[in-house]
Amino acid sequence: MTTGPLSKSMPLTTKLSHTAVFWIGFCVVMAVLIVAPLVLPEYWRRFLTEILIWGLLAMSSDILIGYTGMVSFGHSAFFGLGMYGAAAALLIVSPPNLWLAILFGLGGAAGAALFVAYFSTRLRDIYFAITTLIFSQIFYVIIFTWTEVTGGENGLIFSRPHFTIPFLYDTRFSTATLHWFVLAVVAGSYVLLRRIMQSPFGMVLQSIRENEARTRAIGYPVERYKIVAVMLSGLFAGLAGVLYAVQNQFAAAEFVFFTTSGDTVIFNVMGGIGTLVGPIVGAGFFQLIRELLSRIFGDQFPYLIPLGVIFIVMIIFLPQGLLGFARRWLNR
Amino acid sequence: MDAVAHFFQSIPVDLLIIQTVNGVVTGMILALVASGLTLIFGIMDVVNFAHGELFMLGAYVGVLVLTATGSFWIALVLSALIVALLGAAIQVATLRPLLGRDSLNTILATFGISLILQNYALWQFGPVARKIGEPITSHFNLFYLTYPWYRILIALLSAAIIGGFWLFLKYGKYGVWIRATTQDRVMAQAMGIPVPMVYTAVFAIGAAMAAASGVLFAPLVSVNHTMGLDWVLKAFIVVVIGGMGNLGGSIGAAIFISLLEAYAAIWVDPSQAVIVSFVVLILTLLFRPTGLFVPTPK
Repeated sequence: MTTGPLSKSMPLTTKLSHTAVFWIGFCVVMAVLIVAPLVLPEYWRRFLTEILIWGLLAMSSDILIGYTGMVSFGHSAFFGLGMYGAAAALLIVSPPNLWLAILFGLGGAAGAALFVAYFSTRLRDIYFAITTLIFSQIFYVIIFTWTEVTGGENGLIFSRPHFTIPFLYDTRFSTATLHWFVLAVVAGSYVLLRRIMQSPFGMVLQSIRENEARTRAIGYPVERYKIVAVMLSGLFAGLAGVLYAVQNQFAAAEFVFFTTSGDTVIFNVMGGIGTLVGPIVGAGFFQLIRELLSRIFGDQFPYLIPLGVIFIVMIIFLPQGLLGFARRWLNR
Repeated sequence: MDAVAHFFQSIPVDLLIIQTVNGVVTGMILALVASGLTLIFGIMDVVNFAHGELFMLGAYVGVLVLTATGSFWIALVLSALIVALLGAAIQVATLRPLLGRDSLNTILATFGISLILQNYALWQFGPVARKIGEPITSHFNLFYLTYPWYRILIALLSAAIIGGFWLFLKYGKYGVWIRATTQDRVMAQAMGIPVPMVYTAVFAIGAAMAAASGVLFAPLVSVNHTMGLDWVLKAFIVVVIGGMGNLGGSIGAAIFISLLEAYAAIWVDPSQAVIVSFVVLILTLLFRPTGLFVPTPK
């Protein structure tokens, strides 16, 4: 990001405080993402929006993987409940209301998260991973077989709500404005989550990751902190689900299936856990390679084979992920 | 009282017995899958996410060998051998470099392997399910059903494989090596046991057991690329309920879970019957988090 020769920019960065550099970087990335839909063709505009949504989902799971040290293999449940919550609001209430959809989606995700958090936070490490996976499959089986309500295999189709500010403003989403809306939500979530992770609460989560027994010995109610962490993570995953529903105007059972959770974990590991932005980068990296492979070899190409190989190679040789080198700096 | 009496009258006894037999048969196959999983966990501290995929690949290799040779039993043995070799290769290539790292790294790596194997199967064999016939076609009468002897044979064969493996662990020279490595890795190494080789062998044995159960089970269902996830989930449930790394507990839990699901399938759709085992898992985690058959440490 530095322009000009290194020797000239060096005194500048040393003079500027860490916070200033961080926010300048943040603004530059935001500016690029704001301008992007004006430059990109329709297809890539949607592609970028989708990356942001997957990034938000992965970022929410980073709270658990990167900060609390619990690998969740069940984020599809929260994502899916957010999606179906939004679908319920959009189908029941007429005319469809965006804010109601978000409210319903967050409610659905919070319900699922409370249920999962209560049971699975009693367990650690791989047991936590397995139980979250199994819980997400419970939600999948219910959604998949309860055809009268959820549409089963066919899912639900609805129309996209308008962007409204009550009594003031009402407009239809275009792909560009939808992108900006999603960007605003994702960026807002990032800033909020970063703040939370730097707060005393976030510090306790990180101390649970580093040494759970000692954290408990100091006197923190570890279980309660973990429950709140899972709830927080579930809420933001649900928000991603709502955004996905609004963008694609459908909710489908396949998103509640395990593969969504698996993708979430892959995004995290590829981008770099414990950084919050890393997972977004990971999502972009994953989707770009996937797009590239299907452009070169055709749609039928099993893109997950090379991506799986890259994933394993990264676990062995680059366990910190793409942004791992900046982890300390981003959290300071 | 009347309602209770009515409920008991409405239980179809014949169905119950049929489902008991079915439950024990699937339970034994599940026990074979789960004992491989629990073996790998108990000895290597690796949760093998790719175990279901090894089961699936075993079934596919079995189908291929069967069409080439025409003999089901050659297919069973060859499939177990081929998948064991594949398992050894996977272990050397991906898990050996992760030795000594956090166990979460290995769950992620095996998850990557499962992605690769599943998509490879889809790419290689296509989305259409394969069917193979039962090697023994004779039946016996069970109420109004003619029940295939083959299913009973599956249960016996699974029991024989698990039993043989248990004897090997207990009395075989290499079995003792494996148990020694489980107890104390450093000490075992000091005694001259090639620990990395033991790990590779254990993974290969687990893979072979998964493949064997895949071939045995293949005639009962259609073989497709997604069957792995179902089985690995069930095996996870079994292993958690039975207590991680506890061979006997896994077998008991496998039969218990399969019986419950079989009974539930009398009243609800089989895809919903899975929820019963989920509920059992939740209850187990709540009240006996170390497994049904292991006393909870105070």
